[in-house]
Amino acid sequence: MASDAHAHHGPEYLAHHFETPAQQFDAAKLGMWAFLAQEILFFSGLFIAYGIFRTWYPEAFSVGSHLLDWKMGGINTVVLLVSSFTAVMAVQKAQLGDRKGTSFFLLLTIGFAFGFMIVKYFEYTHKIHVGILPGKYWGCPGFDCGSAPPEAFFQEVEAAINAAYHTAGPNLVPYHIRTFYGIYFVMTGLHGIHVLVGIGIILWVWRRNQRGEFSKDFNTPVDLVALYWHLVDLIWIYLFPLLYLID
Amino acid sequence: MTVEAGTAIPSSSSHAEEPNYLTHETGLKSWLFTLDHKRIGLMYLVSVLLMFFLGGVMALLVRTELLFAGETLMEADTYNKIFTLHGAIMVFLFIIPAIPGAIGNFFLPIMLGAKDVAFPRLNLLSFYIYCAGTVLALVAIVVGSVDTGWTFYTPYSTRADSSVIWMTGAAFVLGFSSILTGVNFISTVHKMRAPGLHWKRLPLFIWGIYATSIVQVLATPVLAITLFLLIMEKTLSVGVFDPALGGDPVLFQHFFWFYSHPAVYIMILPGMAIVNELIATFSHRKIFGYMFVAMSSLGLGLVGFLVWAHHMFTSGMSEYATMVFSALTFLVAIPSGVKIFNWVATLYEGSISFLSPMLYGLSFLVLFTIGGVTGLFLATLATDIHLHDTYFVVAHFHYVMVGGTVFGFVGGLHYWWPKMTGKMYDEKLAKVSWFLVFVGFNVTFLSQFVMGSQGMPRRYYDYLDQFQPLHMASSGGAYILGLGFIIMSFMFVKSLRSGAKAPRNPWASAGYEWMTTTPPHPHNFEETPVMTRGPYDYHLCTEEELWDGFDEDFQPSKKAKA
Repeated sequence: MASDAHAHHGPEYLAHHFETPAQQFDAAKLGMWAFLAQEILFFSGLFIAYGIFRTWYPEAFSVGSHLLDWKMGGINTVVLLVSSFTAVMAVQKAQLGDRKGTSFFLLLTIGFAFGFMIVKYFEYTHKIHVGILPGKYWGCPGFDCGSAPPEAFFQEVEAAINAAYHTAGPNLVPYHIRTFYGIYFVMTGLHGIHVLVGIGIILWVWRRNQRGEFSKDFNTPVDLVALYWHLVDLIWIYLFPLLYLID
Repeated sequence: MTVEAGTAIPSSSSHAEEPNYLTHETGLKSWLFTLDHKRIGLMYLVSVLLMFFLGGVMALLVRTELLFAGETLMEADTYNKIFTLHGAIMVFLFIIPAIPGAIGNFFLPIMLGAKDVAFPRLNLLSFYIYCAGTVLALVAIVVGSVDTGWTFYTPYSTRADSSVIWMTGAAFVLGFSSILTGVNFISTVHKMRAPGLHWKRLPLFIWGIYATSIVQVLATPVLAITLFLLIMEKTLSVGVFDPALGGDPVLFQHFFWFYSHPAVYIMILPGMAIVNELIATFSHRKIFGYMFVAMSSLGLGLVGFLVWAHHMFTSGMSEYATMVFSALTFLVAIPSGVKIFNWVATLYEGSISFLSPMLYGLSFLVLFTIGGVTGLFLATLATDIHLHDTYFVVAHFHYVMVGGTVFGFVGGLHYWWPKMTGKMYDEKLAKVSWFLVFVGFNVTFLSQFVMGSQGMPRRYYDYLDQFQPLHMASSGGAYILGLGFIIMSFMFVKSLRSGAKAPRNPWASAGYEWMTTTPPHPHNFEETPVMTRGPYDYHLCTEEELWDGFDEDFQPSKKAKA
């Protein structure tokens, strides 16, 4: 590899093509911010679609939102906020050169991330089970449009309509609730994928920390993964009220 | 790189002992797992040229089918697939990655005096993501029939068969290759510049690639999410684009063009970036209005984000929106004009060498101007209603994409070929192929301007008798163009097999990349260079910097220096 020839020009963590550790750190940080800008634009399309369809079909969004369990969403919001705090703590411990502390807080962050995914799993499986699904799969339990939806489907939908319209008794189901659930599943699904990717990367950083690759002088990966994690957290901070808390 | 004569300039006699990036390691693995940006650049070059060939074959099939009215070669359905593949391959697999991936990768770090890009591993990953996307695209070709056009407009694409998923999946994956390259280059330009290389000395090639990178990072993710939604629409029926489910097909067009218009600048900015170097080197003169040219690249990148809906004037937007987008589109002419006028001003009183790279550079000035000015016809609302979806549009964007980007790319390939391979090429053959490419291109597409203005719709399989002569002319031009490229390929292969050894600086350029050995040292420069002059400061160059190492057999006239 090309790196062999110039391997001895500084500390071990300094890659061959950088002159100084500061240059290496600055380059990595700038690269990460550029990547995060890309992430924001990636999600922006979904937020715009959300805005357009909420303007067009406000009643579908209102009923759809009342079908979601705000308590579960709330728990997940708290879980992610705390995980952002533990991520910051991991960065601080790394900067102080505290290897054990860094590992502890990285693992804690992973734990919260798993907690988030577990709650999400219960939310998703329930929706799929009763048939609260997007588009042509609306009312198709387990994506199976051959079978009729269970009793729970009708009860939940009626309760949501009554809560949204502030009325009692049977009401019409807004047709475009199908679109709301399309947007719900795509937005939370993509966010969930980002959480899973985050778990993978934090695990990798944790392993590198365990192997003693980081020190007071070099802890860039911990810093960068925390940045990524904050972005994942931040996107959820927007998703939660937009999907769960609208009236 | 210091201007003190003889300090950092490798002398011609020591070439034999200098290690170079091509030979210092050997074996397949040393290529497949290389982190050297130069080798990654070459791997990109080979891949995009293969794709260019494939897309070119599709183009010739399309033109052959259109040689006569009615069925000539294939059925209408096959024709729809072939023109879709021509568009998708040329856009996603060739033009977008070509200049940044191949030439940018090779020369951006060298021109910065850096040893590599900021993230060499990420760079290799980008290349393999590109390969993965290419494989997906080939699967789409094999398993089915994408006949949606390269724009994948809904609702047709949501109802077409599942090979659309493969093709959009390919574009999705290729997008991430493009984004990661952009991220890499932004960090590299900001943080890896050699001592003395401040922003006002940055080669204009770098300014162009830098502006491209910003657009890549900010626009591509919007395409990614659009294609993702399209795939979800086809699998989960999420109902965002399908009108049957309450979705909006025009929203798809907005999303698609929010990327794909800036993508036009991802394609043309690198072409312009190369032309800067060609014009400066072969005029042996400082680029006129350096900062204006540099800023016009950023200006084009910025304005490019504000004009996407001019692709949709006939799609039923509000007329106020069309007025705003029309007005914004005219703004594009300003930074484009700044570039053209400054290049022409650079030529004025320069000592111009009409060597093959410069011929491509000068062709760019003519062809891009035609492409740009016809764009104004399309930006004007009233004329666009008449010209929309006709051959006029096809000719317009081919003048920009081929006359601009491909001519820039091919010119750059000629220009940097000696540095990349260490071999010279046959200048006579290069000139012959340039002549055929230039003539063939103009015959192909000038006739399409005429047809389009007379109402020949694009993408049609059949046509009225009145268009017969023009269609024949257009196809004939395409064959001449193809012949030109065949001769060019022969010329490059011949150079690889038996080309004369290239000197360090065959064009007597003041550019930084010509300061290092040919082919370059594995770390680009033996020692980190210190820049004490700009890349176009011919008046500050020493005789040795420009003329050292010249082969007597190949020597442009020395009077150029004066």
